[in-house]
Amino acid sequence: MTSGTSFDRDKLAKIHDHLHSHLPPEPALRVKALESLLVERGLVATETLDAWVEAYSEDIGPKRGAQVVARAWLDADFKARLMEDAAQAITEFGFEGKATGDLKAVENTDDQHNVVVCTLCSCYPFSLLGLSPAWYKASAYRARVVREPRKVLEEFGVSLGDDVAVRVWDSTAELRYLVVPQRPAGTEGWSQEQLAALVTRNSMIGTDRDLEVK
Amino acid sequence: MDTIHDLGGKQGFGPIDVNEPEAPWHHDWEGRMWALAQSSRNSTVTIDWWRHVVEQLPPQAYMTIPYFEKWCMTDLALGVDCGTFTMEEALNIVGKNALRADGASRAEVLNKEQILEKNRTSVKTFEEEVDFAPAFAVGDPVKTLSHSVPTHTRLPAYARGRSGKILAQRGAHPLPDKSAQGQEAPEHLYTVVFTARELWGADADPRDSVTLDLWESYLEHL
Repeated sequence: MTSGTSFDRDKLAKIHDHLHSHLPPEPALRVKALESLLVERGLVATETLDAWVEAYSEDIGPKRGAQVVARAWLDADFKARLMEDAAQAITEFGFEGKATGDLKAVENTDDQHNVVVCTLCSCYPFSLLGLSPAWYKASAYRARVVREPRKVLEEFGVSLGDDVAVRVWDSTAELRYLVVPQRPAGTEGWSQEQLAALVTRNSMIGTDRDLEVK
Repeated sequence: MDTIHDLGGKQGFGPIDVNEPEAPWHHDWEGRMWALAQSSRNSTVTIDWWRHVVEQLPPQAYMTIPYFEKWCMTDLALGVDCGTFTMEEALNIVGKNALRADGASRAEVLNKEQILEKNRTSVKTFEEEVDFAPAFAVGDPVKTLSHSVPTHTRLPAYARGRSGKILAQRGAHPLPDKSAQGQEAPEHLYTVVFTARELWGADADPRDSVTLDLWESYLEHL
């Protein structure tokens, strides 16, 4: 009989311990078990799961964020709206959804570089940037980027001038962050589509800085 | 609580795999788990309680199992807790083919277009209207609490007992410490900026800073 959750931490720790020690260690089998249970209970249909996977493979991903950044480069009024209320601004594209209701945009400048992390879990603006990279969720990135951001950025191939300050945004609440990278020189007169093609996923997290003009 | 998830500033972790292929998932089961998480959770489970249950994984498991497996184990554990299925059912179903629901209880089938619309309309802000004023203003110097608390919390250990400055007011949001216990208690939320030197000492780069989004009860006037 389904009821509400107990909010009993000790109970959940015991359930975790029991499940983890008795289930086979293969994640694929564990996920299959969960899916089977939920399908059997009539809580989810396999076709609907397929549709979620398709939506986040084909339609929702970093290309959305890239469109938003390119528009901000081209349209000063849009950029002002984005910096003022990013959650609202992205509704102009219909890009709102999972984890974008409290979105904030932070802008890179000649003397400030921004980089985003969630040290406590792995918060990310899914509906705007799609699924986060595995490194974003990995212990090494979560542990290191707040303490040694310059070293981490160096591993990503980011070089910073002497006059550039680094600000790390640790998303500890429901606010989600979009880094707006700088528009590269030599792109005068480019269309939004052309510009969007230059914007990398990592540049919108902050682990890429100088976008390459292709 | 001082559980293993609180990784910010921990040392000893090696280089980051920066050359990972740019795909949403690297294994089919990861995408499957993502999809399950979008559609099937018990409505009494708050986001903060869900996160706290992730944090209750045995520490050795938390550090070693893949990210989406943590989601799976958490949803299995909460499924048992909520009575959606029993522990025995969870353990016994492994290895069997997906069972088919009977006609009466079959869940709604949605196609991709419907999912895209469902995703779009699922947007929600956590900001709430409250009738009390914020205690801090932009520019105010503040200090964070010094000690761990016995509940879920979103003040990371590396920023405890540190002095910073209010960078922005973010309105009132549910306090995670209470929300993780099923209680509603909105509080004013602030983005607080700390110098890297305040957090990490004199060797840190004087140009650098870290911001955190912190609730009012995590802060005191300096």
